[in-house]
Amino acid sequence: MQTSVAIKDLAIEFGAVKVIEKLDLDVGRGEFVVLLGPSGCGKSTLLNAIAGLIDIVDGEVWISDKNVTWSEPKDRGIGMVFQSYALYPQMSVRQNLSFGLKVAGLPRDETEKRVNKAAAMLQLDALLHRKPSELSGGQRQRVAIGRALVRNVDVFLFDEPLSNLDAKLRNELRVEIKRLHQELGNTMIYVTHDQIEALTLADRIAVMRKGVIEQFSTPHEIYHRPANTFIAGFIGSPTMNFIEGRLTESGSAMTFAGDHGVSFDVSRHPELASSGGRDVILGIRPEHMVLGESTDPDAYKAKGKVSVVEPMGADTVIWVDFAGGMRAIRMSGDPTVSAGDDVDFHFPPERVGFFDQQSGVRIG
Amino acid sequence: MNVSVSAPNSATIAASAVQLARGRKPHKLTAGRIGLYAFLITAAIFFLLPAYVMLMTSLKPMDEIRDGAIFAFPRTLTFEAWWAAWSSACTGLNCNGISVGFWNSIKILVPSVFFSIAAGALNGYAMSFWRVKGANLLFAALLLGAFIPYQVFMYPLVIMSAQIGVYNSIAGIVIVHTIFGMPLMTLLFRNYYAGLPVELFKAARIDGAGFWRIFFWVMLPMSTPIIIVAVILQVTGIWNDFMLGLIFAGRENQPMTVQLNNIVNSVTGERVYNLNMAATILTAAVPLLCYFLSGRWFVRGIAAGAIKG
Repeated sequence: MQTSVAIKDLAIEFGAVKVIEKLDLDVGRGEFVVLLGPSGCGKSTLLNAIAGLIDIVDGEVWISDKNVTWSEPKDRGIGMVFQSYALYPQMSVRQNLSFGLKVAGLPRDETEKRVNKAAAMLQLDALLHRKPSELSGGQRQRVAIGRALVRNVDVFLFDEPLSNLDAKLRNELRVEIKRLHQELGNTMIYVTHDQIEALTLADRIAVMRKGVIEQFSTPHEIYHRPANTFIAGFIGSPTMNFIEGRLTESGSAMTFAGDHGVSFDVSRHPELASSGGRDVILGIRPEHMVLGESTDPDAYKAKGKVSVVEPMGADTVIWVDFAGGMRAIRMSGDPTVSAGDDVDFHFPPERVGFFDQQSGVRIG
Repeated sequence: MNVSVSAPNSATIAASAVQLARGRKPHKLTAGRIGLYAFLITAAIFFLLPAYVMLMTSLKPMDEIRDGAIFAFPRTLTFEAWWAAWSSACTGLNCNGISVGFWNSIKILVPSVFFSIAAGALNGYAMSFWRVKGANLLFAALLLGAFIPYQVFMYPLVIMSAQIGVYNSIAGIVIVHTIFGMPLMTLLFRNYYAGLPVELFKAARIDGAGFWRIFFWVMLPMSTPIIIVAVILQVTGIWNDFMLGLIFAGRENQPMTVQLNNIVNSVTGERVYNLNMAATILTAAVPLLCYFLSGRWFVRGIAAGAIKG
């Protein structure tokens, strides 16, 4: 895959605060990359650096095989969509869309053509004469996307574009952005703290924390094989169940022993070999826990008391007191148990992840 | 409904009042509220009374004024004093009335207001959006200047304006007003622009707009409320100025305030109270009108700074 956007050794400081110290990122041509992380992790800062809107201390930014580290934002071949829409309030939708082209000195008929094309693509035709204040939130954000669209650029940057919208509109516009990406095939870099947006939109997700990319991989890989407990805990709702314990080795057998007498034979995990005596965290997602007895001899079996039942319509989350903490079990459909019940549950070994207790890094 | 025959005691009244509570809560005139209104009315009278006396005096002939009933309504209503104040009152040897000063004031006011606001808006814009090196230091220096009593600056400023050849001219007084207006105007616009979403600026930069284009096409059209506030502040401030006008404008261009002082303080024979009052009201009319006409906008401008987006 050809590289569309490349960041090399990027460092950004705000005064004495080092926001990003040494960051590398390669985004392929036509790829949809989501920068995901909690607030303050530097994801928006990184996006602004790609756009050229903030000064960097060190490193290089390459867009479409050109070194744009010192280029003005307008010369980088990017379009950007902001969380607060950032439409020019005193201009009509048409003027908002054409402002950049007018600045660039494009001929009038070409401007007209591009504006009309973008308007048709985003169903803004009927709104072209309106002012931003006369539009709904969703329409405003579509205009903002249109403003990036008319620039005919290689790379689109989205800075939490859906965070100001209500849940329903957010879902609609999310689908629209995905459709747009499939239609245009541009490179898109999308910043969000919303894991659903990240999982649904991205070809690859870069999970960031404290200015560092912790994992850069496909949504599937990020969800099913998170690189550490931070990512495992950040993605998924309810969050992954973490059970602390210690590995003990006796001969060829490896046992995971947790609090309250919890014990699993984990000999089938070859990655754990020679990790005897290590303090680890066992991670298992709520939807991989199954209520009831298991006939599978390999499954990890457990018992607990139900403390809270949360019906969510399509599925139900059952909170069970187990191994010294509340563990979530997701079952589809309506609840079959109620608070206070003692229940059996089990989970398959292949769905389990192990993390080092000290570093949080995945070991198996 | 069963109406009780015995006189209801207070407890049952209270209980039934609670049960009857429905809909909008009735407003009650409490002692605190009465006190508040009493204070407000007293304060209003306190400030309006002198204005009333001035107006009445200006409409009386001198004979009536000599009677000394300053609160009385004029028995014979006359606008002679107003006309005289406007067109024939004497300041020193010139007897062309205060109208000369009025037009001088206008000549000083219009460019001074324009340039001071333009400078403040530009400063505020540059400081809020462009990372100007040392901007905070410059701004601190500017504000420090605003806190030093400006009498201190007079002598150096006189020398400087004389050096560049604008002393005793309209240009000189306009420059001085622009300089003295800059700290407040810069502060005003800086705070206003700090309240605008910075993403608007970023979006304009990605659209390729530069320093001036963003200022004129994006920021200035959004600045109407704060411009109106600035105009009100500057119009009243510059119109009411006495000292700068006296020192820098020169004899030919003395503003209305200076001329008013000359008219009122020239003691040759009898003090013409009605003319003095009329001249004073005429001089005060411009800032008064400014407030009356823009009151709604003034409040809106202040509120605009408080609400985001």
